[in-house]
Amino acid sequence: MFLRISLVALLLSICASAQEITVAAAADLSTALPEIVANYTKQSGQTVKLSFGSSGNLTTQIENGAPFDVFFSADESYPAQLIEKGLADKESLYRYAVGRLVLWVPNDVQLDVQKLGVKALLDPAVKKIAIANPLHAPYGRAAEAALKHLGVYDQISAKLVLGENISQAAQFVESGNAQAGLIALSHALSPSLKDKGHYWTVPLDAYPTLNQAAVVLSKSKQQAATRKFLDFVRGPEGTSLLKSYGFSLSAEKP
Amino acid sequence: MNLEAFWLTVRLAMIVAVLLMAFGIPIAYWITYYRWRWKFLVEAVIALPIVLPPTVLGLYVLMALGTRSPIGRYWESLTGHPLAFTFEGLIVGSVLYSLPFAVQPFAAAFSTVDPKLLRASASLGQSPTQTFRRIVLPLSKAGLVTGFVLSFAHTLGEFGVVLMIGGNIPGVTRTISIDIYDQVQAGNYSSANQTALVLLIISFLVLSVVYGVNRRVWAVGPWK
Repeated sequence: MFLRISLVALLLSICASAQEITVAAAADLSTALPEIVANYTKQSGQTVKLSFGSSGNLTTQIENGAPFDVFFSADESYPAQLIEKGLADKESLYRYAVGRLVLWVPNDVQLDVQKLGVKALLDPAVKKIAIANPLHAPYGRAAEAALKHLGVYDQISAKLVLGENISQAAQFVESGNAQAGLIALSHALSPSLKDKGHYWTVPLDAYPTLNQAAVVLSKSKQQAATRKFLDFVRGPEGTSLLKSYGFSLSAEKP
Repeated sequence: MNLEAFWLTVRLAMIVAVLLMAFGIPIAYWITYYRWRWKFLVEAVIALPIVLPPTVLGLYVLMALGTRSPIGRYWESLTGHPLAFTFEGLIVGSVLYSLPFAVQPFAAAFSTVDPKLLRASASLGQSPTQTFRRIVLPLSKAGLVTGFVLSFAHTLGEFGVVLMIGGNIPGVTRTISIDIYDQVQAGNYSSANQTALVLLIISFLVLSVVYGVNRRVWAVGPWK
């Protein structure tokens, strides 16, 4: 009897898992995407599971057979890499947002970051500056490029601490352990950070545009359901939610 | 292979192993020879890092050492810089993380010393400290080596705690396991492979030392 019940439970759980979509998403979406997914699930009844990480980290996982259905990258190079290796469908590739980099300073650091701009980093009160790891996080690469472009990199490079992804960089500065951070606008606008600090938007011409692209993975067994979800993200509701978290669709002023 | 990260990690593990020798022996002594009703609670606390997820330990260390905690602020007033994201911070985290790997072999070794020897030493007029130094410590050599080597090796492979409190600064807090992780994330498998192989060899050598010093020379097989 017990065996039969557990068999049924096992079958049910297999069926359940066959119906859900698993999404690999860049860490800068860790605030916006859960909200989009919650809305989508409410409307369609479709369960969507989210995994966040740096885009490089997730790409490595996908290359090693991670069972994701769709990948939201924080740039275009990682999806291109997956398409080249035959792991993602080229025709499904689309740009869902342009990411924005901001310089964020917590309230307990007495710096007028909006007025000072990048010069705030030169202040002695700033002992550590959090960025994402440039080795595998597009936001880290953007931060490094911006610091070089704005001519402060050599002066502050000893102060840099690297987050494993842009969310960890945000956590480093939100907890006050770093006194400034180059983080995603989507984090700066999120409920957990909004009232805790101030930010300065890094000018778009200071770093290569963060064209964020999504792509459906070839191994996905949920092609139809995944594309339906993508349509929702692309649709008016998804777009306006992304916009409320600071993502724009082109390199315009937010 | 990233030599900078390698030597940084060896230095960290060495310092931690030496510190744990200094702190671990008194703690193990206390655990072995003192009777107290609530001693088991202390033993449980010391053993915590064995079962606690390293990220949990890392989180608490980050909060305890951070610029918003009293300890973190006190340290900052002493040295002028915060403790999180520094080599010193890694040492503090690693000492906590590897504590049971030193204390438990020490205490186990102390407790196997024949109490008759201790009584004989006392009856010959030796103070407890002298007895400990001249009788217990020499007879516990294997346990001391085991604890030292295990805490060294455990620190060498530390990942979760470093990830939480390190901040991945090259030459300061980028340890070898973080470097391997980064190389894999960036798709540089051959570099990651090389470093991983070196760690594998070191770990094997370390464990060989542990089993070597604890071996009974008269044993004919691994089953004694």
